Amino acid sequence: MSGKDIAVLGVGMHPWGKWGRDFVEYGLAAARDALKDAGLAWTDVEYVAGADTIRNGYPGFIAGATFAQALGWSGARVSSCYAACASGAQAMSTARAQILAGLVDVALVVGADAAPKGFFAPVGGDRPDDPDWLRFRLLGATNPVYFALYARRRMALYGATRDDFAAVKVKNARHGLRNPNARYRKEVTAADVAASPVVADPLRLLDICATSDGGAAVVLSSLEYARRHGHGAPVRIAAVSTVTPTFPSTVLDLANFATDSSVAVDPPERPFRAANAAAAYEEAGLGPEDLSLAEVYDLSTALELDWYEDIGLCKPGEAEGLLRDGATTLGGRIPVNPSGGLACFGEAIPAQAIAQVCELTWQLRGQAGKRQVEGARAGIAVNQGLFGHGSAIIART
Amino acid sequence: MAQHPSGNAVDRADGPVSVVDGWFTVDPPRLTGTRCTACGTVYFPPQTLTCRNPACDGDELVTTPLSDRGRIWSYADARYRPPPPYVSGDDFEPYAIAAVELAAERIVVLGQVVKGVGVDELAVGMEAELVVEELDPGHLVWKWRPITEEGA
Repeated sequence: MSGKDIAVLGVGMHPWGKWGRDFVEYGLAAARDALKDAGLAWTDVEYVAGADTIRNGYPGFIAGATFAQALGWSGARVSSCYAACASGAQAMSTARAQILAGLVDVALVVGADAAPKGFFAPVGGDRPDDPDWLRFRLLGATNPVYFALYARRRMALYGATRDDFAAVKVKNARHGLRNPNARYRKEVTAADVAASPVVADPLRLLDICATSDGGAAVVLSSLEYARRHGHGAPVRIAAVSTVTPTFPSTVLDLANFATDSSVAVDPPERPFRAANAAAAYEEAGLGPEDLSLAEVYDLSTALELDWYEDIGLCKPGEAEGLLRDGATTLGGRIPVNPSGGLACFGEAIPAQAIAQVCELTWQLRGQAGKRQVEGARAGIAVNQGLFGHGSAIIART
Repeated sequence: MAQHPSGNAVDRADGPVSVVDGWFTVDPPRLTGTRCTACGTVYFPPQTLTCRNPACDGDELVTTPLSDRGRIWSYADARYRPPPPYVSGDDFEPYAIAAVELAAERIVVLGQVVKGVGVDELAVGMEAELVVEELDPGHLVWKWRPITEEGA
């Protein structure tokens, strides 16, 4: 399926943190870094795809145009999209489709956010028809409550322990120590996790990802354009999956009050997260055994373990064993979240899926410095957002 | 259902009212779902637009009370005050939340756990029953209550 590969010409990020500035500034910095990395001028870009943020007013809803204006109106084609945590992946998917259709040769994808402190809250105002508003009003079910429900289910089904969850945090904190774009660059011990307050039992504060400011950007092009511009062997995007769940979705999805009922139709072979990974593997023509690394959406420590199984690194119930054996630690068989993951970044929603691809690119180029996965050839980045939005992206050398 | 056409009727005009219309009945305490007359799929919250089974053309959804007992699929709690629109006074009290699987409907439904029951008293697989309890002053909501040996 290499006929559908596209090139990553450049990547760039504004460091994650709690900087308290306008999101446009983060996106602009990331875009300029990505263009510099690609060796292109902004005016070379034919298409700009923005990943939207819903917490920064109208400029956030039309992020593509916002970033295009910040860079200087150039007449480039533009799109803006919102898909919760998968916004960045969908923006990349849109840009890729333009390139593969031959409509444009080179595209810039940008996502940035300035996040509020504390729990994510629904968009303001009385909106009793909005399930995201209702789950706060009727249940007080914050995002960490859902993460905790998944974590408890792992404990009951597979014997996962709080020590396993803490070990994920310890691992990711160690990975992120070497990442200049990470917000948290500090060793964390299991004792630190155990000493942090319980937010939603069984999860503690250090099991749950923070909300952050940050920006990320990638410059994508056709392989032909890459060759013409001196990129002989660019990192390639081999798959972008943004499939929806299949009815009936019987895993309690974030923000919902209930699962689908499976009284009339049996549950699908693959639940939502696994379906996205499977679609990406099929599109890329490779499997989990071909991966050198994975960037997974560790909204909580426990959720990282679910992902091991969803992306096929092991069978259901074996994730704790993989973690305990050190297979997913840098230096292990299949390092997971060598960037440090959300544990070290916190979530800057529309930028996060793009940041995952930045990490894959640095790793596949051999430019990841002290967090380099030796001989990296292929990697997957996976993500899950609210209400049936998720993604899986595969990059290879 | 017939005696409570609104789905959330209460007898006293000045008494607490349901926090949401048509999702549950107070007496008897039951969740109100809908069922597709063509394929039998059950929906909660009640879905009225169309059946969401992609293999079904059904457009007629009828109201149906859901089972009032199920087994705990998972559970958690909330130790910190959630942001609005959750209503909490000056003295925030943590609460537990359970996801309960209803066997007949093959559906898992979230709800707060009744006041006074914490995560230490819950277990995956434990039986739970539906009750209606105060959510905040003046408002009622459905909740799950674990069924213990002596209480059963």
